[in-house]
Amino acid sequence: MNKTSFSLLFLLVFLTSCGNNVSPVDSGLENQIFHFGNGSEPQGLDPHIVTGVPEHHILIALCEGLTSSNPKGGAALPGMAESWSISDDGKTYTFNINKDARWSNGDKVTADDFVWSWNRVLTPSLGSQYTDMLYYVEGAKDFYDGNIDDFSQVGVKAINDNTLEVVLNNPTPFFLGLLSHYSTWPVHKDTVLKHGTIDDRNGQWTRPGNFVCNGPMQLKSWELNNKIVVEKNPFYWDAQTVKLNEIHFYPVTNIMTEDRMFRAGQLHSTYTVPAQKCPVYIEEENPNLSITPYMGTYFYRTNTLNPALKDAKVRKALAYSINREQIVKKVSQCGQLPAFSFTPPGANGYEPETEIPYDLDLARELLAEAGFPNGEGFPVLEILFNTSEDHRKIALAVQQMWQSALGINVELVNMDWKVYLSRESSGDFQISRAGWIGDYEDPNTFLDLMMPDRGNNKTGWANLEYAKLVNKANQTLDQDERYALFRQAEKILIDELPIIPIYTYVRPIQLSPDVKGWDSNYLDHHHPKYIYLERD
Amino acid sequence: MLLIFLKRVLAAIPVLIIVASLTFFLVRLAPGGPFDSDRAVSDEVLINLQEAYNLNAPLSEQYFDYMSGVIVGDFGPSFRYPGRGVSEMIFTGLPVTLELALYSILIAVLVGIFSGVLAALKRNTLLDFIPMAIAMIGICVPTFLMGPLLVLIFGINLEILPVSGWGNLPGDKLLPSITLGFAYAAYIARLSRGGMLEILGQDFIRTARAKGLSERVVVTKHAMQGGLIPVVSFLGPAVAGLLAGSFVVETIFQIPGLGRFYVEAAFNRDYTMILGTTIFFSSMIVFFNLLSDMAVMFLNPRARD
Repeated sequence: MNKTSFSLLFLLVFLTSCGNNVSPVDSGLENQIFHFGNGSEPQGLDPHIVTGVPEHHILIALCEGLTSSNPKGGAALPGMAESWSISDDGKTYTFNINKDARWSNGDKVTADDFVWSWNRVLTPSLGSQYTDMLYYVEGAKDFYDGNIDDFSQVGVKAINDNTLEVVLNNPTPFFLGLLSHYSTWPVHKDTVLKHGTIDDRNGQWTRPGNFVCNGPMQLKSWELNNKIVVEKNPFYWDAQTVKLNEIHFYPVTNIMTEDRMFRAGQLHSTYTVPAQKCPVYIEEENPNLSITPYMGTYFYRTNTLNPALKDAKVRKALAYSINREQIVKKVSQCGQLPAFSFTPPGANGYEPETEIPYDLDLARELLAEAGFPNGEGFPVLEILFNTSEDHRKIALAVQQMWQSALGINVELVNMDWKVYLSRESSGDFQISRAGWIGDYEDPNTFLDLMMPDRGNNKTGWANLEYAKLVNKANQTLDQDERYALFRQAEKILIDELPIIPIYTYVRPIQLSPDVKGWDSNYLDHHHPKYIYLERD
Repeated sequence: MLLIFLKRVLAAIPVLIIVASLTFFLVRLAPGGPFDSDRAVSDEVLINLQEAYNLNAPLSEQYFDYMSGVIVGDFGPSFRYPGRGVSEMIFTGLPVTLELALYSILIAVLVGIFSGVLAALKRNTLLDFIPMAIAMIGICVPTFLMGPLLVLIFGINLEILPVSGWGNLPGDKLLPSITLGFAYAAYIARLSRGGMLEILGQDFIRTARAKGLSERVVVTKHAMQGGLIPVVSFLGPAVAGLLAGSFVVETIFQIPGLGRFYVEAAFNRDYTMILGTTIFFSSMIVFFNLLSDMAVMFLNPRARD
């Protein structure tokens, strides 16, 4: 046998020997190891510093707040707090900390841990980006702004080890929902201080071996850009409910790679589905495709300070000439729902009552009333979007609809993500693509955005009547009355249209049929303690 | 030769300083900053964040701070990944990228030289045409097409190799190495064929044959030493290119190498990370060019002047 045929034989043996491997999905079934496609490398694992969805997927396994997300959506479930009571004026919350609650090193979780953690979030030099989540607490903003030096003047107090009292500025009916956000979760004081100061962004406490938190899983290993492994935490208060032994999080940035990994049995669930594959999977009735409602809205911001767009009639003309049904059926093609309101319908029982007609005659009439009959004299309109094939397709469709219906000239401008963000926040745009995902399940997380002084408003739209209604709703305890106020406010918003809603998001993923206990909910929070693997 | 080496090393220092300074100021000119996100932070939060990274200081002060850090090997903290230093991230990704580059260059050299020399020896036969046609395809087909193609065949249809990963599953290093190596193998095959053809026609080869040496000795001892000089001078930049340009393959195969950090740093406006990786890659390019120049001098007496 000569050398060449020997090496060929060797290669063949090598290749076929690889074929006998059991796929991770199959071996995961036996060992209860969940392989999770997680989009991108998390910024970090410090709940007070990071922002983003991949970070949330990992943190919900590692840490737990006072309440925990309900896997079926709706009212929050007990977490570190086993029960709570709310004073009649809706401003004082008393949380009873679960006596069995332990950190992953066995230490007891106490009310003090929360006081210290919130103090940490509100320490300006830490540079937390979610401080506004806690601004509802009395004195929190003053402390952050330096008007108060003494944290004991902020409305969060440990009455004893097991009782935490929180005093709010106003009755805030969505406060419990807000506590499901990781920026309000506790961190282990001794561990943080062992590896740095209270305001150290670069402390090493989040590294494997150092990391201590209080969730159903604990950190086992972290290979940068490769995978993060978490394993069952024996000290978790509800450890008997947890069935998974490990979760492996893969930061797969390339969605085509992720799709191939799923098809080759390397993942139980993907972060998303490539847009071009979604309609194919729908048509094939692919059993692994899971499309669930998601509390997010895809919309266009209009710059109301721009001379061409300052007249609400022009904005209405633009909004009324978009055929949303056609966009979701022919362009986005992945089960999205046409949006006729800014708030996604059904968020915690809130149903918006707004309408955005698709009426070309009315649109042309409105444009004429604004002084541009048949689009004459209307300046060239630019749609700004961040570089992405999916956004381009939608912008192309809208461009075509506006040009043919209104006779105006529309140009598409795509920019790198950071350039797009900087142009948007400096008001250097006419129309800009945007999306918003709710932080908690309440219409407030959307309607608050369009208040005059909010950094994420970005449209220059300031309506005092709207602000008054939203403010009033935020302080109203009765849910029906509150939602009625929100509906009134949203009517103003949709009548003025500083934002043009296009569709309501859905969450398309590929999910192995082995995955059980994965309930659908509007915020797409999947608490790992309910998930297990089983083959039918 | 040592003198030439030292001279070149000294000449590299101002090159690296210029690269670092240009990069420092250019990234600051790019619109958007490291803390811009679609959930805009309030002004007071932004000021505190910038304070945490000393971004509020005058640019000149930041520049001198940064450069004095670099001299002692401190590339600063990453802005995007709090708690990670840039040096740490470079040295996490580097071994992976080096390993990928090593396997790829091995595949490229073995396959490339073998088929190139064979083609030169069997000129105008099928053994010339077929490898050269394949080489042409290898040069033309980009890795972002070759990678998914190989994955479809070996990973999804035949199910014999993992479709992604690096060291997670047995055999997962094979497809990325082949994908990256094949593109370079194609170049090397064409270069070695050309070089060999030129040498094989020269007088000293005829002399060697006239002396009655066996064809094997003529080819391996006499012809290849000169015929492969173009390959050797190509290898320096190729290795540097492999290190810096493995981004596509790293993304397709989900490999935790340095290339992904490099490109993502630019998208994230992670200033320190952009600078750190740029300085690192520039040093690599300078170093490998120097190495291949030295090797060429060693092989070719005429280049020593």
